[in-house]
Amino acid sequence: MKRPDPNNSKHANDDPALKARNLSKHVSSPEGLLTILDQVSLEVSKGESIAIVGVSGAGKSTLLGLLAGLDVPSEGKVWLGDQELTALDEDGRAALRANSVGFVFQSFHLISSLTALENVMLPLELSGATNAHDAALQAIRTVGLEPRKGHYPHQLSGGEKQRVAIARAFVVGPSVLFADEPTGNLDNRTGENIVDLLFKMNAESGTTLVLVTHDLGLAARCDRILFMDTGRIDRESRGGEDRSPEQMNPAGGESTP
Amino acid sequence: MNPGFKSTLRFSARLLSRDWRAGELTVLVAALLIAVAAMTGVAFLTDRVGQAVEMRAAESLAADLRLASTRPISDDYVALGERAGLNTARIASMPSVVFAGEANTLAAIRAVSDGYPLRGQLKTSPRLLGEVTVSNGIPAPGEAWASPRLMARLGADTGSELEVGSARLKVSRILDFRPDEGWSFVDLAPTLLINQADLKNTELVQPGSRVAYRMLFAGDRGDVDSFKATIDEQLAEGERLSDIKDTNPQIRSSMERAGRFLNLASLVSVLLAAVAVAMAARRYSHRHRDRIALMKCMGASQSMVFQSSFIQLLMLAIEGGLIGVLLGYLAQLGLAWLMRDMIGQSLPSPGMAPGVLGLITALSILAGFALPDLAQMGRTPPLRVLRQDLDPPPLRYGISWLAGVAAVLALLLWIMRDARLVLTIFAGVTMTFLALGATGWLLVKSLRGFRGAAGVAWRYGLANIARRGRESVVQVVAFGLGLMVLLLLSTVRTELMDTWRQSLPDNAPNQFLINIQPHETGPMAAFFRERNLAAPRFVPLVRARMTTINGADVTQMTFEDPQGERWARRDSNLSWSASLQADNRIVEGQIWDENAQVDEVSVEQDFGRELGLSLGDEVGFDIAGEAVSATVSSFRTVEWDSFSPNFFMVFSPGVLEPYPATYITSLYVDESRRDVILDMMRQFPSVTAIDLDAVLGQVRDVMDKAALAVQAVFIFTLLAGLTVLWAAVAATRDERRYESAMLRTFGASKKRVLSGVATEFVAIGLLAGILAAGGATLAGYLLAENLFDLDYGFSPVLWLAGPLLGVVFVGLSGMAATWRVITNAPVSVLRTA
Repeated sequence: MKRPDPNNSKHANDDPALKARNLSKHVSSPEGLLTILDQVSLEVSKGESIAIVGVSGAGKSTLLGLLAGLDVPSEGKVWLGDQELTALDEDGRAALRANSVGFVFQSFHLISSLTALENVMLPLELSGATNAHDAALQAIRTVGLEPRKGHYPHQLSGGEKQRVAIARAFVVGPSVLFADEPTGNLDNRTGENIVDLLFKMNAESGTTLVLVTHDLGLAARCDRILFMDTGRIDRESRGGEDRSPEQMNPAGGESTP
Repeated sequence: MNPGFKSTLRFSARLLSRDWRAGELTVLVAALLIAVAAMTGVAFLTDRVGQAVEMRAAESLAADLRLASTRPISDDYVALGERAGLNTARIASMPSVVFAGEANTLAAIRAVSDGYPLRGQLKTSPRLLGEVTVSNGIPAPGEAWASPRLMARLGADTGSELEVGSARLKVSRILDFRPDEGWSFVDLAPTLLINQADLKNTELVQPGSRVAYRMLFAGDRGDVDSFKATIDEQLAEGERLSDIKDTNPQIRSSMERAGRFLNLASLVSVLLAAVAVAMAARRYSHRHRDRIALMKCMGASQSMVFQSSFIQLLMLAIEGGLIGVLLGYLAQLGLAWLMRDMIGQSLPSPGMAPGVLGLITALSILAGFALPDLAQMGRTPPLRVLRQDLDPPPLRYGISWLAGVAAVLALLLWIMRDARLVLTIFAGVTMTFLALGATGWLLVKSLRGFRGAAGVAWRYGLANIARRGRESVVQVVAFGLGLMVLLLLSTVRTELMDTWRQSLPDNAPNQFLINIQPHETGPMAAFFRERNLAAPRFVPLVRARMTTINGADVTQMTFEDPQGERWARRDSNLSWSASLQADNRIVEGQIWDENAQVDEVSVEQDFGRELGLSLGDEVGFDIAGEAVSATVSSFRTVEWDSFSPNFFMVFSPGVLEPYPATYITSLYVDESRRDVILDMMRQFPSVTAIDLDAVLGQVRDVMDKAALAVQAVFIFTLLAGLTVLWAAVAATRDERRYESAMLRTFGASKKRVLSGVATEFVAIGLLAGILAAGGATLAGYLLAENLFDLDYGFSPVLWLAGPLLGVVFVGLSGMAATWRVITNAPVSVLRTA
């Protein structure tokens, strides 16, 4: 099994937007200490999009949580831009997230008591922005939901909810966007529309995208794909929209050079 | 970066208003409002009644401070008072016979100076039965204002000329009311108010004449207090100073006690509402964990999350507190209206203190019952956005209990200002709730046996009660308590009253006659015999003031019992008798025999205890300026509801006979023969008749009103119970919605699902009703046994009304609260699940 080479990227020469070194995560269980992430290293360049794929339990979400500073690793270090996340306490990590990170989740995570517009305003308000309303309205417009801005989440369809979530993620102008199975709760067609929107906005704003999915078709639209299995990245392949899922089949697909 | 405090404040305010709009706070706010309204409603009322009592006390002196003497009061006091910034006025009063032509009668002459009364107002009318208006000023020199009774006795009206001593004065107005009228039934001569300038012309003030001199002072509280302190030291022999604290101590203390009782009653509502707040806060914190995780994920720091929660809670407390205070104010208007007959004329407007109490109530409830859960919610890890199973560390029960207990204690301490009393009450309330809770728990458990009894809807409903056991017990206790008090005050009270009336012998005396002169006893006995009525027993009455116990001056003594102190400070009514009355029983010592040589007194047991007397004590009295004493030779119990004349102190024959006495008696006069009493009043005009039936009717009316007011306060308890039910339904809403959708998907009809829910709430109502009837029966029994010496047994009305009220009230409320939840189309529920 080959180790992924962090330098193997078309953005290799830029400063990395995100870097991880030897990340491990152990949890205690009735059977003893369990390793759910094992010595993972990676580097993501500015503006690059990577997909982390793998079966359930491979450790994708754990990795995402560590990269975003939502959790702390048992070993290893993470840098977001030039800041070492793992050297910060929880509030320090939160402050860093406030300025440079956006999230899109599988289950949308909209706040049920807030309208679509208010959900988009939330991250701006949290950072004390003064123009929260106007900026959020602009973001809602961008995702095509202005007519529904006053609706509550339970009045929106799944696709509309995810659009609101995307607007919310981009409204703060993050340098890194983490997306956790963004189409997991959507039907194919809606999912495709959402993915189109996500990639379009990502390209327009030059955001670095870290996408966790088990959908190989979605992964294929990223610049790079990291395959995870039992807590390790065991393969990496180039993405690009021209690739079909078959070509990336672990059995017959290409491997890294 | 985290925002500054100001934008956190703004953010919190926005979040709060959005939560409110989305209906996330409705239950919590409703419970909070009820608690604050219950607390402040009562506080406003007691504040107003307290002020009124204080004012009336001042009015009954016609001043803030009164200096009394048997000798003319020196002008030095006027100068002193004016220097202290106080207004002053003088009164000289004496009994004298006044003449109108041939007619004459004894009157109480009051010569007053300009400015009288300094507190309260005189009310007069232009002629007998004329229109009564408030009068400013006093009679002009040469004129007099006479009470209607005086005019009636003289057969005169305004315009008549009266001879008062050597002066001739024209009656210019009828004096219908003066604030310092007083309440003494005895020695109640009708008043004639004259100008001080005419006093000299009357030539009534002679050496040896019985003139009482008073000087009145009034002004700002601080000035009055410091003035009182100054002149207290300079008082001459025979001069006595009294202020409003010395007048009506019984009214004051019973008002205070009533106020405390109502406060406690409202505290019960506060406690129940607090339970609803805790339940609502728990649900709120559960529902908003995702939001906290998301906020943290978006960069909110732990401290910002805490700050935001805390600010929201504070805002909620202030806003809820203010609105609650407003509701409390409105509720108080209603309570005051219910109690209007007891309170008399209009009440002064309330002070600010109840408003502050309302805010403190809101703060302590939220801090004690909502903060622990909200703080816990703030500890949700941000990783929850990826892993839904991540919860904040569980809240320790100890902490949430401690917070609640601390909040309640703080609130109690604020109300009562007496740590020992607070602990006693707290212990009492805790025990009561524990007992009710345990009973409620047993009742809920007892339902298990009925589960197999009927169909699926029944089983489903009862299963719900058992599954949510703790919440069910809280609801049973909340409704049970509210209903219990309502039953106690309506059914049990009237039943006790009826039982008491039935326990009275037929022909128990219903008329009291007082102020009978010694020479009238013979003719009066003859008068009744002529009309085929048994001649009543005339009992002598001598007015006296207690001066010494075992030679020690009672004014210098301290009494353990405050009631004893009051007895010692005021005039006593004494009597004598050769033998023990039939309705008296000696419990200690012995009654005198006919040949006894010692001056003895027999003392009523409770009275003696309050004064701290024991057998052999020597009690001294001042009777019309002479010292009289006797030895306590026995203690008695008295059956007061025999309605015979009875006295706390009865002397052996030979001690009191030399002193002026009047006689009193009581007798039974059938309703059909009331004209006998009218005849008697015509024949013996100085005798006063008191119709006991009318007095009892008045007492009963006052009790009805008081009970109504207390019941109104306990309406808050029922409302608080409703919020508990509402909170419980809200806490289980998602569960209920899902379950009813599932049941209906499996083919249950809407009706069947509804009857399951109906079973649940009807059962809870039934249990609450049983608890209420049981509690009311027990309380009624204890009251009857210990307080009233009556037999109070099983009351079928109670056991019918309690459960029925519970079933209807709780059943309907529960159905109303769950209706929306369970009538959703199943498909919409399952899709979102």
